[in-house]
Amino acid sequence: MLLIHCPYCDDTLPELEFAYAGEAHIARPSDPSELSDEEWRDFLFIRSNARGVHAERWRHIHGCARYFNALRDTVSDKFLRTYKAGEPRPDTSVQEAVK
Amino acid sequence: MADIAHPTRLESLAGRAIGATGVMLTPAPAAHRVVLRADPREAEALSKALGLELPAAPKTSARTDTGRLIAWLGPDEWLIIDENGDPAADLAKAAALHSAVDISHRNTAILVTGKGARATVQGGCPQNLSERAFPVGSASRTVLGKIEVVILRTGAEEFRVECWRSFADYAFGVLSEAAKDCLA
Amino acid sequence: MTSFRVKDRGRVKADRPVRFSFDGVAYEGCEGDTVASALLANGVHLMGRGFKYHRPRGPVTAGSEEPNALIGTSRGVGRFEPNTRATVQEIYQGLTTESQNKWPSLKFDVGAINDRLYMLFSAGFYYKTFMWPRSFWDKVYEPFIRRAAGLGKAPVDVDPDHYASRYLYCDVLIVGAGPSGLAAALAAAQTGVNVVVVDEHAEMGGSLLSEPSVGINGKAAWDWLEATLDELGRLPNVRLMTRTTAIGYYHQNMIALCQKLTDHLAELPTDAPRERMWRVRAKQVVLGQGAIERPLVFDGNDRPGVMLASAAQTYLNRYGVKVGNRPVILTSHDSAWYAAFDLADAGAKVGAIVDTRNDIQAALMQQAKARGIETLTGHTATATSGRLRVKSVRVNPVRGGRVGKARTIDCDALLMSGGWTPSLHLFSHTKGSLHWDAEENVYLPGQQTEECHIAGAGRGLWGIAAVLEDGVKAGTAAVRALGHSCDAVRFDVSDDRTGNGVTHKELATDRSPGRAKAFIDFQNDVTAKDIRLAVREGMRSIEHVKRYTTNGMATDQGKMSNMNGLMIASDALQKEAPQVGLTTFRPPYTPTTFGTFAGYHKGSHFELTRKTPIDSWAEEHGAAFEPVALWRRAWYFPKAGETMHMAVSRECKATRESIGIFDASTLGKIEVSGPDAVEFMNRMYTNPWTKLAPGRCRYGLLLGEDGFIRDDGVIGRMRDDLFHVTTTTGGAARVLNMMEDYLQTEWPDLKVWLTSTTEEWATIALNGPNARKLLAPLVEGVDISADAFPHMSVAECTVAGFSSRLFRISFTGELGFEVNVPARHGRALWKKLMQAGRQYDICPYGTETMHVLRAEKGYIIIGQDTDGTVTPQDAGIGWAIGKAKPDFVGKRSLSRPDIVARDRKHLVGLLTDDPKIVLEEGAQIVTDPNQPLPMKMIGHVTSSYWSEALGRSIAMALVAGGHEKMDQTLYIPMPGHTVAAKVTGTVFYDPAGERLKVE
Repeated sequence: MLLIHCPYCDDTLPELEFAYAGEAHIARPSDPSELSDEEWRDFLFIRSNARGVHAERWRHIHGCARYFNALRDTVSDKFLRTYKAGEPRPDTSVQEAVK
Repeated sequence: MADIAHPTRLESLAGRAIGATGVMLTPAPAAHRVVLRADPREAEALSKALGLELPAAPKTSARTDTGRLIAWLGPDEWLIIDENGDPAADLAKAAALHSAVDISHRNTAILVTGKGARATVQGGCPQNLSERAFPVGSASRTVLGKIEVVILRTGAEEFRVECWRSFADYAFGVLSEAAKDCLA
Repeated sequence: MTSFRVKDRGRVKADRPVRFSFDGVAYEGCEGDTVASALLANGVHLMGRGFKYHRPRGPVTAGSEEPNALIGTSRGVGRFEPNTRATVQEIYQGLTTESQNKWPSLKFDVGAINDRLYMLFSAGFYYKTFMWPRSFWDKVYEPFIRRAAGLGKAPVDVDPDHYASRYLYCDVLIVGAGPSGLAAALAAAQTGVNVVVVDEHAEMGGSLLSEPSVGINGKAAWDWLEATLDELGRLPNVRLMTRTTAIGYYHQNMIALCQKLTDHLAELPTDAPRERMWRVRAKQVVLGQGAIERPLVFDGNDRPGVMLASAAQTYLNRYGVKVGNRPVILTSHDSAWYAAFDLADAGAKVGAIVDTRNDIQAALMQQAKARGIETLTGHTATATSGRLRVKSVRVNPVRGGRVGKARTIDCDALLMSGGWTPSLHLFSHTKGSLHWDAEENVYLPGQQTEECHIAGAGRGLWGIAAVLEDGVKAGTAAVRALGHSCDAVRFDVSDDRTGNGVTHKELATDRSPGRAKAFIDFQNDVTAKDIRLAVREGMRSIEHVKRYTTNGMATDQGKMSNMNGLMIASDALQKEAPQVGLTTFRPPYTPTTFGTFAGYHKGSHFELTRKTPIDSWAEEHGAAFEPVALWRRAWYFPKAGETMHMAVSRECKATRESIGIFDASTLGKIEVSGPDAVEFMNRMYTNPWTKLAPGRCRYGLLLGEDGFIRDDGVIGRMRDDLFHVTTTTGGAARVLNMMEDYLQTEWPDLKVWLTSTTEEWATIALNGPNARKLLAPLVEGVDISADAFPHMSVAECTVAGFSSRLFRISFTGELGFEVNVPARHGRALWKKLMQAGRQYDICPYGTETMHVLRAEKGYIIIGQDTDGTVTPQDAGIGWAIGKAKPDFVGKRSLSRPDIVARDRKHLVGLLTDDPKIVLEEGAQIVTDPNQPLPMKMIGHVTSSYWSEALGRSIAMALVAGGHEKMDQTLYIPMPGHTVAAKVTGTVFYDPAGERLKVE
């Protein structure tokens, strides 16, 4: 069971309080009607499926209830960094461990 | 709306209480409860209306001598519990933009008291409830076994476990099981 | 029977006799004994039979790594435990134990015939034997394998014990309270940090318990141990836990501990849990798990009486039991020499010390000589004799690789040592890397992935002084990592027994190795020959060798066998051990009861049952219940003598003809409030909301972004900025999560807040032509006449004195109202409505009647008539889409090519040609019932009921291109017959909706 740092609570808490919510930084297009069928398909279904550092969404669902983003290494399962929703993806060349 | 004093109301844990060596489990008395959602920038005006400062830091709570208690649940969410006055009525007077939803009947609470109180709650709660990590006055939404709860530490050996009414039987049952083992 | 108990030796309480039984025979042991030590004290070595060949077996070890001495223990109904290690189980007054895997008796076991059929059971036996003919698999092979498989018999009674769970946080967790663990604890504890020390044994001390002659800081080992435990026990920041096994080491220093609380007690304390699972989160972990001695591999190394030298030493020094009067030592490591000396000093006549090495420390040779023990260096062992107990060992000199002339030495115990394997199981759980020490032929800890420190024998260190020093180092490093500094702890050790040794593959022999029964895995009966066969048959990786031979796959997970298997495989492959690999250790470290894992999650806490505020009334009135999501809901209310069919027909009829009352409290409810609430609703739901006036409600349809139906429900606009949203019972949490997701991450600019009110309200539905007549006299604060309060209205008012939100809506096609009152008043209101409804013969109905009534009207149930691939058009509810809206969740998908394709499955009605036949839900549909098998299935029945109102059966189905198949006859093939049914629309009853308009 992992410990996850919630950027809103600024606390590192048991994984049981959190829920995974898919890949991060896939914004819903502001006007989906402008997208071609292929573009919309990609938005709906195509994900990076990274081996290594992966930007993903988590929610502190049984805590402060906020969605936030995380960089996690899918090989070691380790969280490298968590950050608030809306913040840009941190530079992954900095392999800094989460607090 | 809450009209909690109505004589025909049915308490989900009516009549349930257990005392084990080292710990007591009792259903909390009826209370008004409100979930307050608002931009934290409106906190000042809302605090004024409530007569109590809305806690701004995670895992904290505030309380008055008259028994009004406010727990921080999230950056824009507070749980207000009051066994006397109706917080919803006070908030209705505030001009600040907010949402106050009466959940007096949605929630119920179990009081866990005694030397084994922490061990009992720790039987199902994965958070660190030690004095260092969770001192008196701490409040947190978290997990107890298979359900979501809000846990408030109201004293060194006193916890209040808030849950939804249909989960109360489960919460009481799991805490009762853990209570049997709380002195270890 | 002669006693093998040695006076004034051991830590057991000789003056406290304990009586227990094994296979029906009464024995006496002492307080502090294990079953194994007590039986050995009575001269009993034979404790079990091998798994495959049923060869007689005795204990090889004195610890939890024991592969042979597995027994069943029992204490009354439900308290039978198979596969208990006799070397771990403590005895108590009245303990009943039995041996396993034998018939009719341990001494004469018919299954031992397998030992003669050795060739049949070699590696890959199952793969080679059970291949053909195919038809034999079900009737012959599988039953045979099932009968042969498994060790011990599974308990059949309900376990009356309970099991506790606890979460614990600490600064430093120390696993293993041997010298390294205790030294680490002393170093760490002085800083005041929170220290937890656990040990799987009944008492702490580890190897010190078997090494009383060592001196530490001027004290005898046991005196030092007592003082140290006393000192640690007094510290408020230290928690010492015995009988506690660290079974798994997980991410971020989470360690699972299984603490055994009652298995050693004669009297079970009331309410005491049998075991307690601790989920510990430690900032730092010190692993002082020690090392496990390796057996030597030679023909006949499994006879009762053949055991590890360290085990014999433990039995002697810790339990005061001599494992034999005429032991022979067979070793490749110095450590076994000390076992010989201790046994000789205790009065045993040591037959010889046979060492595979040529050069032995002079000090050891001298000590042996001083005790008159014969020493045979540069020797190998090539056979043993003795059926139920070893009688002799055949040894030969080895000179220049050649095995010389054999000599037989009589013995009643053969004590072997093939060196030591560091215990790195927990470290392996963390995926810490191991590196191969080619000199010592051991794997040592390499790269770490967690905040842990390994101390002592686990790092290949030998001798008490080295291990204590290493423990201090680990303890100090742990607290330093936490930002503390600690004073140096030093130990002055005297009479330390240091030493070294070599490791081997199989021992050299002058006989045909193909005939040797030289065991590696005692529990799974894997021999050296099996490993070589696996390699010959093409296995190259140790993982394949393991699975082909089952080496290391028994409950001991190869604690004793893995390294010997690896040495032999690497020899057979002519590769270095690291190139052959090492199998992975997985949790749990030792077999752990299901009870411990389950903890409180059993009985009524296994799956929680949510009940509505009206549930107790339903129960009192004989309702049958059905589970819906986590809720239990009243299914129907049978009267005396009624079947379900009769009850449901009556409930349907009463509702359509007068009035029915239904508990709808489980419906999800969400309060959507804020100045942007209407904009939010427009974006989330397919329907338009802007023009919905406060006081009105509307059916809302929610799609996923993929265009498929996710949820639905009636939504009331309470105020301009406040919506009362209802969801399906099962969808409540999902919908709220989905809304929060969009609000927080896509549209954070919207000023909207969501609060779940599912459980704030009890919801009572009244349906039927008399609904208004019943309700009107009870309502205050709103005029509910047909004109003032038309269909799809909502108001805040009081009902029977309770403040409420009153909806005029219908899920039955009848005039309908839903009253929401604060939950704690739900039951009181229900009773008042029942009372007031008496004059109309009000009828409480359950979910089944609700389903029938809605199906008659063609109202869909999400998750029953839809399955996550159904669009609004497919379901025939395209009317719920706000076509003028620029966007809503899922809108773009509704024009994707696959979504507008004409051959999609559509929801249609089905009327069977025979009106009495009620189709089975889930039944498959075909166009031509005479086509050859397998038939092309074009859809399935989603809902099917007997309609009392129509006097016939009705059904709904998802059918490919269904909307274009109206009036066509389709077929539903069933076992033995085929049902014909005509495709229709989905509204079967009152298609014009006249019944809603009752004045």
